[in-house]
Amino acid sequence: MTQVERHAYDVVVVGAGGAGLRAAIEARERGMRTAVICKSLFGKAHTVMAEGGIAASMGNVNSGDNWQVHFRDTMRGGKFLNQWRMAELHAKEAPDRVWELETWGALFDRTADGRISQRNFGGHEYPRLAHVGDRTGLELIRTLQQKVVSLQQEDFAETGDYEARLKVFQECTVTRVLKRDGAVAGVFGYVRESGRLFVIDAPAVVLATGGIGKSFKVTSNSWEYTGDGHALALLAGAPLINMEFIQFHPTGMVWPPSVKGILVTESVRGDGGVLRNSDGKRFMFDYVPDVFKEKYAQSEEEADGWYTDPDTHRRPPELLPRDEVARAINSEVKAGRGTPHGGVFLDVSTRLPAEEITRRLPSMHHQFKELADVDITAEPMEVGPTCHYMMGGVDVDPDTAAARGVPGLYAAGEVAGGMHGSNRLGGNSLSDLLVFGRRAGLHAAEYAAALGADERPVVPEEQIDTAAAEALRPFSAEEAGPDEPGGQGPAENPYTLHQELQQVMNDLVGIIRRGPEMADALTRLTELRARSRRAGVEGHRQFNPGWHLAIDLRNMLLVSECVARAALERTESRGGHTRDDHPEMDRAWRKVNLVCELTDPTGGLAATDPEHGQIGLRRRDTDPIRADLLALFDKDELRKYLTDEELDG
Amino acid sequence: MSYEAHFRVWRGDAEGGELRDYQVEVNDGEVVLDIIHRLQATQAGDLAVRWNCKAGKCGSCSAEVNGRPRLMCMTRMSVFTPEETVTVTPMRTFPVVRDLVTDVSFNYDKARQVPAFVPPKGVAAGEYRMRQVDVERSQEFRKCIECFLCQDTCHVVRDHEENKTSFAGPRFLMRIAELDMHPLDAAAEVGLTRSSSAQEDHGLGYCNITKCCTEVCPEHIKITDNALIPLKERAVDRKYDPLVWLGNKIRRRDA
Amino acid sequence: MATGTTPTPSATPTARRGVLTPGRAAISARHLRTDRWWLPPLVTALGLAAFIGYSTWRAFANSHYYAAPYVSPFYSPCLATNCADMKGGADWALFGDWWGLSPALLVLIFPLGFRLTCYYYRKAYYRGFWASPPACAVAEPHAKYTGETRLPLILQNVHRYFFYLALPVAGILTYDAVLGFRDEHGRWGHMGLGTLVLLVNITLIWAYTLSCHSCRHIMGGKLRHFSAHPVRYRLWGWVGVLNGRHMLLAWSSLISVGLADLYIYLVSSGAFDDPRFF
Repeated sequence: MTQVERHAYDVVVVGAGGAGLRAAIEARERGMRTAVICKSLFGKAHTVMAEGGIAASMGNVNSGDNWQVHFRDTMRGGKFLNQWRMAELHAKEAPDRVWELETWGALFDRTADGRISQRNFGGHEYPRLAHVGDRTGLELIRTLQQKVVSLQQEDFAETGDYEARLKVFQECTVTRVLKRDGAVAGVFGYVRESGRLFVIDAPAVVLATGGIGKSFKVTSNSWEYTGDGHALALLAGAPLINMEFIQFHPTGMVWPPSVKGILVTESVRGDGGVLRNSDGKRFMFDYVPDVFKEKYAQSEEEADGWYTDPDTHRRPPELLPRDEVARAINSEVKAGRGTPHGGVFLDVSTRLPAEEITRRLPSMHHQFKELADVDITAEPMEVGPTCHYMMGGVDVDPDTAAARGVPGLYAAGEVAGGMHGSNRLGGNSLSDLLVFGRRAGLHAAEYAAALGADERPVVPEEQIDTAAAEALRPFSAEEAGPDEPGGQGPAENPYTLHQELQQVMNDLVGIIRRGPEMADALTRLTELRARSRRAGVEGHRQFNPGWHLAIDLRNMLLVSECVARAALERTESRGGHTRDDHPEMDRAWRKVNLVCELTDPTGGLAATDPEHGQIGLRRRDTDPIRADLLALFDKDELRKYLTDEELDG
Repeated sequence: MSYEAHFRVWRGDAEGGELRDYQVEVNDGEVVLDIIHRLQATQAGDLAVRWNCKAGKCGSCSAEVNGRPRLMCMTRMSVFTPEETVTVTPMRTFPVVRDLVTDVSFNYDKARQVPAFVPPKGVAAGEYRMRQVDVERSQEFRKCIECFLCQDTCHVVRDHEENKTSFAGPRFLMRIAELDMHPLDAAAEVGLTRSSSAQEDHGLGYCNITKCCTEVCPEHIKITDNALIPLKERAVDRKYDPLVWLGNKIRRRDA
Repeated sequence: MATGTTPTPSATPTARRGVLTPGRAAISARHLRTDRWWLPPLVTALGLAAFIGYSTWRAFANSHYYAAPYVSPFYSPCLATNCADMKGGADWALFGDWWGLSPALLVLIFPLGFRLTCYYYRKAYYRGFWASPPACAVAEPHAKYTGETRLPLILQNVHRYFFYLALPVAGILTYDAVLGFRDEHGRWGHMGLGTLVLLVNITLIWAYTLSCHSCRHIMGGKLRHFSAHPVRYRLWGWVGVLNGRHMLLAWSSLISVGLADLYIYLVSSGAFDDPRFF
């Protein structure tokens, strides 16, 4: 039996970003003893990188806004592939979630009459994003973090222990969700700092681990985004959906190389920034797709008028949904009209006075000044697409955020699938975190509370032994015998494997996809998977990044296979999935979800058969959209997305 | 352009350690964190370092570069000459865990000691009304990314370990200022005067306004001028009106 | 796990305190800075020392401080009876005739107190003279540190009262500068180089005085809701602009007051003739 540190909680939340913290706050407020586990320090989650704002139809700036309009925008943005019930709940509950933050101390930018100011963003019909300059994510994280601390202070006043009911296990990684008889029994993980292994017994686990961007070479995501929650769910037997849809943010930095991929906020365009190619042409007018023709300006004059008078002008095409803009930039660069460093120009310097730029976009100004030595008030930025957001994720029940098929498992935020369909609108991510973070925390708490003390699943000891052996394998990689599925061979450097994986995903399953390339990617992933069994590390267990990466590789490989398989299967282009060999959107594909499941139902990782790999794929039809929600759209618009049978039926 | 740079990186743990020399490639446009990552990938796979966003927004990669507290991701290699030796050490105010990683729990302990925002009674969520001019001061402090470089550089705790119990450090004194300037904070209604509590419970008096916190802040927050000095002045309002102060002194002596 | 360790070894041996405290990264150097970190505190200390030396000599000299129509800012207002006769000047013998020392000592305590407790000068002399700290991330040489938590340094908190006192002093120096528009016989409508010197000096003195942190606090900084006090908000904003240059103003007004006194000394001692413009 393996010696591990042992804890017991009612609810365990994996991840301390916006969704994780919101879930933890909710579970604790429902009286549950709650643990939050995060890979970084508390308060450093990737949510801090969100810049633009939180989408919520409060109607503070334009009173025409309401949840129905927000719902409509979200469905359009996702090309109607969204789990519509999630989109509905999200649009309805977002304002309450934002207002609640104010009672916890958040300080958003204000309107003249003292309410929360809202800004324009791509795909949103009205100014809708509550924001704080361009550091809204930081405000969100800090507010939630401080709310956690305030709950801990309450507990301290009552019990003398800050961590009596809510504890943050920072710099810890969860490697397995443990189960008994099909239901969640706890989690297994290790402390990054010391390398000690631990188990937390808990009947309810909320996954809130964010995305998968670190599988790609050019990404705006931090090192934490290794698809942990996606992989944990798969390994626990829960399916993933929509894994082929990855949002490439149109504007990432392209220079210098060390910051390639780092995000340039969409607010730059919302506040007047325009995209130009190397000929100086505002090329976005050439890329307005038919489905959006009526909504977007046809000329520069009309587009420029929109910033001051949005009621009588159509919006500039720079504010098309992200997938459209990303593809347009990609095409311009491919056609040889790119900048010296392979991007396009994003110019705000000729559009706004310098002091206005530094006031509205302070952290962008700072970021370019410090990282690229570019003064954005005087010269254009160079930008290009960067892997930004995973639309797909754990297949969840829309109302409870419960993962399908695994009682006690919940997922919220980027790790959950469905809400954003094939493409997420800017600003909808932060609101998603809050709305579904709360719901996951709430239902996890109710689930845990409903179980009697003797009904709580007990973690089987042999699962702990298996998980411990798996976690420690990188230290004995060179001793891997012929029985090991990876076969014999020298130990592999995890950093090298990671770089190769990123290259494969970037080149073969990137922003523009082709059938044969993805098939090739699957073969290469199989090779990498075999080699990753031999990923070895030197040194000891105390804060050893090589070891951490070796463990994360398992997750990235699993998730990458999901992406590649699903992308190969879906023979159309939609939102964050663009097929060169199937460039059109196909209405018949709209209601099809591609569901990824582990082929080895025991949760092991035995199968390394190149043909089938570790992931099985099946198609599932989605529930028809409720009639009253469909009625919010006009028939002509629906005809672009829904098949005739769906419309008539 | 690329060249071989000479790096000295502190390797070790709480038991001891040393500055170890490395020759490592540097390319155009790189920052110190890139070089540390290259060392990890090529020469020292177990070199421990914290990092996250790589864009100066999360405050994870705090360290000391050539003796100055810096974010490694925001320290461009172009500020050094190719001949210059670049020395990278962990923050020297906190206990070291391993290599460039320190135990920053001091800061989390201090964060817990600052009473949270007190929501005003009778104002429902959604009914908060605040003017932009009234929130701007606190908003400046909320730009803080909690890199803890100000806590690291502050000589009150850097040079005097024993002061760690009684001094919250610039980051958390600024947090008190932020709440004290929050237009709707209702601390006073529950009997909490944040400014005098800063003086009495959080060690504001230890600050001798030598401004190193402001100097190192990667967010360019004017910690001293906009948070600490105004907080001192607010404490003066409450405590050091000389007549009131004298009166209190005399009364206390009698008691 | 990563939380909950509060390090407080209170009885650390002197050799292993500060950055050498056990548990911190074992680096024997007290600092690793490679730049010329010692230059700013050195320049500060030399500058302050030079002024202290000069002003001490001049304050005790009790001579050559009046050259009609100019009076040295060190000697105005004159509160003792033993002053030189200043035509129309701020010459109020409040102290009677028992005061035998230089009359400058009676008034200099006000600007001295103002500057001694000033937030900028505190930084300057804590760093320059007391090496606490000498520069950022450079270990200070002291075994103990209590900052401004106890006597005498807790008295720094009286800064704002010195600010109040600095206002009439600045007012009187303004009056002196206006008197500079006379000739040596007291007739109005004239001006010389000395007038200009006094004008520049008083402008800088005012700018320094108003840029004070206490002033910024009193003007509006203490308010919770700027929106309810638009005038004070604007005043706070203006003082804030000056306050951003507090260091610059502290030095330039220090130099200007020294130079103004030196100018009057030179004219009064006959070393130099005040050029008259009209």
